[in-house]
Formats: sequence, C-alpha cells, structure tokens
Amino acid sequence: MNKKDNFGKKFLNYVKSNPIVVMLVIVAIIVGFTKDNFFSWKNFGNLMSNTAVRFLIALGVSGCLITKGTDLSAGRQVGLAACLAGILIQRGDYSGRLTSLPQMNMFVVLLIVVIIGALLGLLNGAIITLLKVPPFITTLGTQTIVYGLCLVATDAQPIGGFQKSFIDLINGRIGNSNGFHLPYLLFVAALFGVIFWFLYNKMRHGKYMYAIGGNEVAAEVSGVNTTKTLMLIYTTAGIMYAIAGWLLAGKTGGASTSMGMGYELEAIAACTIGGVSTTGGIGTVSGVLVGVLVFELLKIVLQFLGVNPYYNYIVQGVVIVVAVALDVRKYLAKK
Amino acid sequence: MSEYVLEMRGVCKSFPGVKALDHAQLKLRPGTVHALMGENGAGKSTLMKCMFGIYKMDEGDIYIDGQKTVISDPLEAWDKGISMVHQELQPIPARTIGENIFLGRYPMKKALGFIPVVDHDKMYEDTAKLLKRVRMDFDPKQKLGTLTVSQMQSVEIAKAVAGNCRVLILDEPTSSLTQNEVEALFRIVEDLKKEGVAIVYISHKMDEILRISDEVTIMRDGQYIGTWEAKDLTTDFIITKMVGRELTNLYPKRENVPGDVVFEVEDFTSINPRSFRHCSFNVRKGEILGVAGLVGAQRTELMEGLFGTRSHTSGTIHYQGKELKITRPKDAIDQGIAMLTEDRRGSGIMGVLSVADNISVASLNKYIDYGFMLNTKKIDELVEENRKKMNIKTPSGKTLIQSLSGGNQQKVLIGRWLANDPDVLILDEPTRGIDVGAKYEIYCIIADLAKQGKSIIMISSEMGELIGMSDRIMVMCDGRITGFIDGKEANQENIMALATQFE
Repeated sequence: MNKKDNFGKKFLNYVKSNPIVVMLVIVAIIVGFTKDNFFSWKNFGNLMSNTAVRFLIALGVSGCLITKGTDLSAGRQVGLAACLAGILIQRGDYSGRLTSLPQMNMFVVLLIVVIIGALLGLLNGAIITLLKVPPFITTLGTQTIVYGLCLVATDAQPIGGFQKSFIDLINGRIGNSNGFHLPYLLFVAALFGVIFWFLYNKMRHGKYMYAIGGNEVAAEVSGVNTTKTLMLIYTTAGIMYAIAGWLLAGKTGGASTSMGMGYELEAIAACTIGGVSTTGGIGTVSGVLVGVLVFELLKIVLQFLGVNPYYNYIVQGVVIVVAVALDVRKYLAKK
Repeated sequence: MSEYVLEMRGVCKSFPGVKALDHAQLKLRPGTVHALMGENGAGKSTLMKCMFGIYKMDEGDIYIDGQKTVISDPLEAWDKGISMVHQELQPIPARTIGENIFLGRYPMKKALGFIPVVDHDKMYEDTAKLLKRVRMDFDPKQKLGTLTVSQMQSVEIAKAVAGNCRVLILDEPTSSLTQNEVEALFRIVEDLKKEGVAIVYISHKMDEILRISDEVTIMRDGQYIGTWEAKDLTTDFIITKMVGRELTNLYPKRENVPGDVVFEVEDFTSINPRSFRHCSFNVRKGEILGVAGLVGAQRTELMEGLFGTRSHTSGTIHYQGKELKITRPKDAIDQGIAMLTEDRRGSGIMGVLSVADNISVASLNKYIDYGFMLNTKKIDELVEENRKKMNIKTPSGKTLIQSLSGGNQQKVLIGRWLANDPDVLILDEPTRGIDVGAKYEIYCIIADLAKQGKSIIMISSEMGELIGMSDRIMVMCDGRITGFIDGKEANQENIMALATQFE
C-alpha cells in the first residue's frame, strides 16, 4: 500500500469515528460561503481568543475525566477566580473599589488566584481520595461552595474599573485587528497545550493518570500512588481554572458572579467530542483542542446564522448528547 | 423420533479475516452429558452462540428431534427448550432469589381486575419448586447477595431449567467452585440427566470431563475433530486431539536448585478474624512454593496481606534477615516483592491502554531522564525484550492489551513485574483461563525464574499444576496453614487431607 492510500484510509477512519466534528466543519464552511464576514480575520481572531480560554478549562477537566472522574466545580471556580482577580486588579483611584488594599500588579494577582485555585482543587482531590466521595458528588458540593464564596467576596456586585494595562495585555495581539493577527491568548493556549502534551505523554504522572483511568485497582497493585496522582490532577485542574478566570476577567474587562456558569458542562462536552472517553483511560490533548474548537465554532456559526441566542442552549445541549451517544456507540460496536 | 434431541450439522461462520467455524458439528442425545472441548479460540463459544441465534450461521443447519429448525435469537432458543448457564454469572445481588430467577418474565396478575402487577405469591411458590429441583433449601425471598458463588450458580441453573428445558449448556461451571461444591453440582447434573435433559458441558478440567460426561466432542481451529465415548478416553488422548500435536510433557523439566531460606513470614494475622491467622512460612532462594487450598482457604488474602493490599494486625516479614515494612503495594514493590493477581481483568490489565503502557507501569521510575522526562526509547526496548523472551504474540507495543489473548495478557503482566527485577514473586492462579499451549509457556517462564534464583510463591487451584510445578506445597484451610508437603511426595489425597482440616 502506498503512502497516499494510507492517508486516505486514515482520513476516512477519522471521518467515521468523529462524525460530529466533520459535520460541524461542513456546516461552518457552508455558513462561511453564504454569510459575509464569516471568513474574516476579525472573526478568526475572536474564535481563537474564545477557544483559548475554554481550552485551558477543558485541559483542566480532561485529567479528571481520563481518571473516570469529573469536575462540576470548574465553571464556578473560573467565576471565583475572575471575580477575585477583578477585585484585586481594580485601579487604585477607581471610585467603586471593593477592597482597601493598595493597587496590585496583575501578575501578583495571577499568583494569588492560582494559589486559591490550587487549594480548591486540592480540596476536591482530598475529598475524593481520602473521604472516598464520588467525584460527581464531591464537585457538585464544591461547585455550590465556590459560588457561595464568590457571592460573599463580591457581595454580588459586578466588578469594573480594571487597570488599563491588564485589559490591553489580555486583549493584545500580534498584527492589526482588521488584518491578519494572532491574539496573545492564542500563544497562552499553545503554551499550555504543549505543557499538557508533555505531561500526558512524556511524564510519569501522565502515565499514572492513564493507568488509573484504565484500571484503578491494577494501578494501585502496580505501585502507583493513586491518592497522590488524583490529588495532583484535581489541583492542576484548579490551577487551570484560576488562570482561565484571570484571563477571562481581562478579556471581558469586567467580572460578575454569573461568570463561568455552565462552563464545566461545555468543557466536559468539548472533551467528549474530542474523544476523551467517559469510561476512562482514553483522551489526548489534541482531541481536547479539536473538541473545544468545534464547540466554539458551533457558537459562532449560530451567531452568524442569526439564531436567537436563547436557542443556542438547545442546540448545544443536543450536540452534547449526540456526541456522547456516538462516543458510547464506538465501544458498543467493538463488543 | 430421532435419537438426537439436537443436532448441528456443517456449521460455518466467518468473521472478517478469520474462519471461526469450519463445518463444525454437534449431536446431543437426551439424558446424556456431552463434553465440548477445545483450546481457547477453537470455536466452542462461537458454536454455542450460533445455537442461540446470537450469531447467524453462514452455512449449516440445526435439527431438533430430527426436524430442521431455525433459531434466530436467544428468546426463540429458550422457547425451544435450550438454555445456558454462563461462565461469568450475572446476578443482581440486591434482589431476591425469586426475582433473579424470574427476571424479565415475572408472572403477572391483575390488581383490582385491571392493573397489571407482578404476582409475587406465584413467583415465590414457583421459585421454591425450582430450588428443590436443584437441591437447594433456601427462602426464595432471601437476597441473592447473601449466597455463596456456588449457591448463586445453583440459582442460575434453576433459572435455566425453569422452562421446558431440554438442552442445558454449562460453560466452565466449576471454575470458581470448591471440591465439595463441584460434587453438589454433579449431583444436580445427574438429576437433570435422569429427567432426560441433554447437557453440554464446556470445561478445561480433564478429570471432571472424564468423570461426568458420556460423550466428548473435540474441536480445534473451528473444525470438528471427532466425538468419542468418554469411557474410552484418556487425558493424553484428549490433549493430543485438542492441541493437534503430541504434548510429551505437561510441565517443563525444572532445573532450579532451592538454596537458603531467604523469605520468612512469621505469625501473620489479618484484621478480619475470619481471614488468615497465625501464618508462618518461608521460601528458599530459587524455590517454587505451591500454595494449595479450597476456595475460601484465604490463600489470596494472605498473599494480599503480605503485599500490602490488605491490612494485618500482627506478623513480620523478613527478607535475608532484614525486616520488611509493608503497608501498601508500593512498599512491597520497592523491597523486591511482586504479585501477579488472581483476577487478570479486575486488578491486572488496563484494557484500554497499550501493551507498552501495561508492561512499564510498575517500573516507570527506572525510565526517567533528567528527573522528569520518560525515556520512551528505553520503554520500547523493555517491550521488545519481553516480547522476544516470553514469545508474546502482539502486533506491536502500541496494540491495546485487551485485544490480546488471555495467555499473552498474562505474559505482559509477568513482564510488568519482571521489569522491577523482584526477589520474591507471588503468582496467584497464574494460568487461570489460559489455554493448554500458553499454559506450558507460562510454566517454562516460572521454571526459568526459579532457576535464576528467584523465590516463587504460586497459588493454584489446579492440583496437577501444583504437584507438577512445586518444590514444596503449603496447604491452607480456613485461614490457617495446615501443613507442608514435599513436591515429590505430594498427591491429590495428601493435599486434600490437609486442605479439609477444619477446626
């Protein structure tokens, strides 16, 4: 068999095993040729920046999913990080300031929210591994706790008045926004993509993660410290949500308690569309990227089609269910 | 009237790339036990699935009482009086015996004359009758989960014969039963025989086959090899026919020379009072210590206690005079102990991961460069080395382990442990569910490891394997060690005597 045939076969296989991705790309292309401005640098830049933030969240969730867990607190953790970052990053002379602390450097703020995110992730990990509460229930509980913390911290007030340098940096880009340009967020996403790829494929931690997802008992018997590995996975996830929250605050130019709501479901859905199996042990960074990209593409397509935003949820929900149904079928067929 | 209750003739079935059945046949006389034998992959289960209409035959016919019939799904098979007790039982432990038996076909009645509800009285009445038929004296309302495995199996048999059963298939029915339970099962089989039921008995255990069956059909590579009267057969003959070549030896010649005592266990007791207690034994360098006992003798539990997956209240472990502190598997591994677990799927393989991932997971610490990066080249070398050394049949290291045969999976798991170069290897039922050819290969590997000076502890429920492979046999009964027998003097009788020494 020559190389060309091989590629053709691989392509066909991909189409067969990822029908939803292929379908959405086709829809996007059709929309692109029928609507003006769809194939524009501005739109491309938007897609990239949106995808970047969601990709970080999905990377965080992916570890939980690969080990047969889940993290329902992801979205609220993003929201808390965004709000805390917002409070700490407000201009020193802003009249609606929520804190009496002096104006802070945005990277100091990043460090603070990352530490808080790590602690929340560690809390999830500790409850799951030490108290043996199932991940679904654990993170359902912490989701509510985190939301409560967010309400307490902000007094449910929307937060604005950020330092201009912060907003400028997060929304910065290489090139002109009307022509070819690459948002800074794209590079952040690429950096974390590479880090996670290395973590999942080249480090012991990654191998242990897949081993736990493949068979937790066998992993334990083989000397894998499952408690430590799982705690690390949930802590890493917490850190990713915090970074995403910090970026989201800057990207939006403001923060509120409703921020991040439902992001966990979108991240889980994106992971599943990208081939992370709900039965554990399977999932790749590239798959997660494809999943997130497709999901963001779907949103933009709906926007361009002029669909009433209220319908978006319905369409997205259908896509989630269909994606998981197709994923499950792949394994059913093998039996 | 035909002399056969059921016949399958000229059955062919192909899957992409394989001819699973090639003119296979099976003829069952009423009131007999018909053993169906063959190595794993010989086509036994494919043939059974064709009988049940789970697979559609490419060629071939089924005759019931001499009449040509078509069976298109399991429900139709059930209606025609064919039922099966699977090797792996699928009980619902939280529901009652009656509900398990009548699952999916509950007797119904009308409440208030029009609301269809389950007729519990009738269900439990019928269940009681069925249980009597399989010599069980239980309350039909008892939760299934409170029964032992063998009792659950009896319930499954009761369920299978509940209808107008004429053909009953028992797939490896004794794989998890003790000797006494096997006897009880055989009594049930005899009863059913008298009732005129034709029983297909699928098993790898020669002694059972020769004892219980009237006729034996042997298959190899999807082909029908022949049918013989059981009374004319010998173990050697059956194996020769199954394997298709002369197997001169079931067990390899061992060249290991047991040396000094290196591994000592002193007064080991579980936190569970009904589990192992006051167990003391030792293993020599280069020795194979067999561990015999009935199911429930707590052999696995004792070994898991040593390995750190179970807790113990008292007891010490020494290796070459040095005390080992073990509270979890990692401690044991770090101190040179390895344990191949009994349940290959449950606690051995990581099915969705590759052969390479499975083989390296316990020894990843050895393949780290610069303190953080895995050396994938070295891992590939490890896979290649094991593949050659143990003749593991896998297309590549990237192949998912779940697509390999049981024997090859087991070799990968042995490779996983050898990668750590352990001093003491605990092997719990190392050949369970593995076909004859691969078994021999595993025995060779074990013998070779002992020759290299490793101390081996081998739990097995197969008497032949214990007697054929062990330098010494330790026998356990009900959580206690009841004695040691020299490998040369061991026989079925003296092992059973110690294994049944209840207090």
